[in-house]
Amino acid sequence: MNDGQKLDSGITVLIWLVSIALVVLPLSMLWDVVREGLPHLSFNFIVDQPLDAGRSGGVGSLLISTFWILGVCLLTTIPIGLGCALYLSEFVIPHSQSEKLLGFSLDVLAGVPSIVFGLFGYAVFAIQLGLGFSILSGGLSLACMVLPLFIRTAEQALRTCPKGYRQAAIALNISHAGFISRILLPSASGGIAVAMIISIGRALAETAVLIFTAGYVTRMPGSVMDSGRSLSVHIYDLSMNVPGGQSNAAATALILVMMIVLINVLARYLSRRWQHVE
Amino acid sequence: MRTNIWLTRGLRTAAWLSASILLFILLFLIQESSPLIGEIGLGPFFQADGWYPQEGAFQLTPMLLGSLFVAGGAVLLATPLGIIAALFGQFYAPPALARLYRGLMELLAGVPSVVFGFWGLVVLVPWINRLAPPGASLLAGALVLALMILPLVALTADAALAAVPQQYLRGAAAMGLSRWGTIQRITLPVAMPGILSGVVLQTGRALGETMAVLMVCGNVVQIPSSWFEPVRTLTANIALEMSYAVDQHRTALFISGLLLLLLTITLVAVASHFRRMQHE
Repeated sequence: MNDGQKLDSGITVLIWLVSIALVVLPLSMLWDVVREGLPHLSFNFIVDQPLDAGRSGGVGSLLISTFWILGVCLLTTIPIGLGCALYLSEFVIPHSQSEKLLGFSLDVLAGVPSIVFGLFGYAVFAIQLGLGFSILSGGLSLACMVLPLFIRTAEQALRTCPKGYRQAAIALNISHAGFISRILLPSASGGIAVAMIISIGRALAETAVLIFTAGYVTRMPGSVMDSGRSLSVHIYDLSMNVPGGQSNAAATALILVMMIVLINVLARYLSRRWQHVE
Repeated sequence: MRTNIWLTRGLRTAAWLSASILLFILLFLIQESSPLIGEIGLGPFFQADGWYPQEGAFQLTPMLLGSLFVAGGAVLLATPLGIIAALFGQFYAPPALARLYRGLMELLAGVPSVVFGFWGLVVLVPWINRLAPPGASLLAGALVLALMILPLVALTADAALAAVPQQYLRGAAAMGLSRWGTIQRITLPVAMPGILSGVVLQTGRALGETMAVLMVCGNVVQIPSSWFEPVRTLTANIALEMSYAVDQHRTALFISGLLLLLLTITLVAVASHFRRMQHE
């Protein structure tokens, strides 16, 4: 072997080793969470109410709060986001000033730190609009954060509609509204579903937005005006503020990670099946 | 196609509503911040009289430096490693393994930051504590953040590498360049703007990350003199003090939020500049 070949194979070995280490390390992290959390995980843990600040009992009411927050977030995100995605894919003139401005605003919005959404949601939804620490404030603040992600993913799905469909619709003199509701949306429904699932994953993972908007209360929520603690906030609170809460924090983290993995698998399955149909 | 004016108007409203959230947040932060800035100017936020918000001393410099050090450390660590992971997926791994690898990276990119923080708190911090107490430190923050942003650095670099035109690679093969020679001389230079765009975006994410940093950095307000000392970042400061801050103290927290937002806008503008370079 000459020097060049030696260098080449040396680098090959290096890249293989580093790349393997790069998945082993985070997977060992997840394994630590599984090892700490699994002994405390049971059916009762999932349905019981938290007791003694979360040191004992389960996460039943927190799961319900999490789903309510998620529901408010999706009910806001989907209509506005889908409208925006349709406007971007169907109506706005490509390369126009307004397309550039819309695109840049959404890109920046996607990069805004979550704690800034938390500040905004706290001062606007909770204080100025008088919603207080509630599931409604939390869900709305979360919607502001998830919106750009949903819009961009849904827009991509809408843009994959085959040209032939559009030409056929024009030939049949179908109105634009009819084209959107009868042809475009059904044909992109798989991709829109994937956009929804990805947004749910992001919303479930979020913590900083919710601390000052949805609040800390661990009781079972009675309405959207009640404060409700999400699973992610529970993990934070148990591991930082509750001495002796770490094992239940690990079990809650395990539930959250399992939900995220499930969502990831579902998104993959749906997007593959959707691409097959075309 | 025949358009319906109400449909167009409705969708346009939805689009501008979504885009104007950014403007709302910006205006709102400026409105909340301006009374205190108007009263004492910008100087006291960066001059050395410390962070004692109850006594009217609002020096943000230690927190700003804390944020920059933690994010900088994470990006310096994650960038080369992320590029290596992307090279592995594009050029070294067999196709089936590359698909699996990419899938794992996507999965890791979705792991909640509070879970990274939890792991950092119960595993990494005690481990660093044995090396050099107290454990909760700048180093812990940078390591946890590096682990967090690595999958996304790798995925964006992977996409940038995949976008390198095939004929460049065929040309290199025809000239008898070795694999590493091709990567070093052709693939990486061509893909660099795209890779940098991803790195800049992830820098923004590292600067804005709250939970993981809050849980592992120790949150002492000081300018760190070594990697093993605790720091407090701008984001952690907001999360820690927002619940009890009133009056000027509260305003000072909104000013740090405004600072974070302005940093983000700058970084996104830089990233989209790089992305345009890649397309040209």
